[in-house]
Amino acid sequence: MVNSSGWDDVKQAFFSPEEFKSAFPDILRAFWINVKIFLIAEVFILVFALAVAVLRGLPGPVFFPIRAMAIVYVDLFRSVPTILVIYILGFGVPALALPGVPIDPLFWGIVSLVLVYSAYVSEVYRAGIDSVHPSQAAAARSLGLSHGQALRFVVIPQAVRRVIPPLLNDFIGLQKDTALVGLLGVVEAFRQSQIDVAASFNYTPYIATALIFIALTVPMARLTDWLIARDKRRQQAGRLA
Amino acid sequence: MSSGNGHALVIEGLRKSFDKLEVLRGIDLSLAEHEVVCLIGASGSGKSTLLRCVNLLEPIDAGRIFVRGQDVTARGVDVNELRRGIGIVFQSFNLFPHMSVLANITLAPRKALGLSKVDAETRAEELLARFGLADKRDEYPDRLSGGQQQRVAIVRALAMQPGLLLLDEVTSALDPELVAEVLAVIRELAAEGMTMLIATHEMGFARDVASRVCFLDAGVILEEGTPAEIFGAPHQPRTQQFLQRIVDAGRL
Repeated sequence: MVNSSGWDDVKQAFFSPEEFKSAFPDILRAFWINVKIFLIAEVFILVFALAVAVLRGLPGPVFFPIRAMAIVYVDLFRSVPTILVIYILGFGVPALALPGVPIDPLFWGIVSLVLVYSAYVSEVYRAGIDSVHPSQAAAARSLGLSHGQALRFVVIPQAVRRVIPPLLNDFIGLQKDTALVGLLGVVEAFRQSQIDVAASFNYTPYIATALIFIALTVPMARLTDWLIARDKRRQQAGRLA
Repeated sequence: MSSGNGHALVIEGLRKSFDKLEVLRGIDLSLAEHEVVCLIGASGSGKSTLLRCVNLLEPIDAGRIFVRGQDVTARGVDVNELRRGIGIVFQSFNLFPHMSVLANITLAPRKALGLSKVDAETRAEELLARFGLADKRDEYPDRLSGGQQQRVAIVRALAMQPGLLLLDEVTSALDPELVAEVLAVIRELAAEGMTMLIATHEMGFARDVASRVCFLDAGVILEEGTPAEIFGAPHQPRTQQFLQRIVDAGRL
């Protein structure tokens, strides 16, 4: 690669130490917006996705409309590209100029991410709930607990423990996708790097942004690996006992 | 509703199918208060399904079930309320693995009966002490032996103070040396007058503890009588055949 004819130009355009030094502090400061988006979205996703998973699992014909709504929601937001959801909600809803409805692009960016990622995460929760053996729910119901109580005290606590690794995997994806909110004009790390690039005609700020994302995502990935390994150890220990 | 009066449990014409397989083909059975009835029969004869139908864990296709005179198969019955009065213990224990022994036992009394934490724990500790499990209150189920787990499961059912206890092959998943400690618990309950319907493969135990034994075959009660009648002089060829096999296997 370094022997290619274009390397000198690329080196100058992407790996300029001076540009890096001048852009990095701004981008790092803007990255706090990404962290904020991530943290706020994550809290809502964890709660909302669980609600969707529970609604989708309601038994009996009475709840068919609710189950159907949950399925339509999950299908819809898993099919539409995240970037389109962000554009449609971020530009469309504020343009309606409805009284009392926020027009802040940051708000609608977060709403979009919550809607998209909750669809994925609800499926992760559902897989976890389904993985708890039906005899656990039967034991809870046989003691006189209601369906809701059996879910809350017996099934969901076991399900959540099992799906922590895949949940973290989705949150690594969410960390990256916070950059998409920049498309609405929110000055987060990616948007800040675009501004820097436009001012200097040098692409080094993109590399700086990538490094910042890596610095957050890789530790999260290692944490996920560690949790998976720990889980495996525990299960095997249980089997030997 | 005269058919249910004076009895802990009355079952009339119970039928249950799974898809095209008819597992129960018209079961009639009644238990007086304080009576212990054992269900015997080959695997697949419908014993477990019968027990699961009684506390409505399985919806039934036809027939009626009365618990203390109340038709529990009628529309609008509060199944949660009904199940609080019927304990069931499963072959595979089904303890909640993420909770300590004490939490396993107190969950339903607190959440379903509305007992305070203190009251529920007092009740649980009394029962644990009675069955020699007092030192296990803070252990997690996976750290207990099978026999201890099954005794905890029995205590969990008893903590609801049920008027009727259903036992579904509670010793079938246990090592032989652990069977005795669980059977001892059930014997003690029988001696105290607990009304029990017991599906079991332990014929010696059934002979000792039961006031009546029912032989299930292909979804019907083929023969029913005192232990002396069933084990001593069974009338039906199928019953004779079944018991002969048990004797041949050295299990009676």
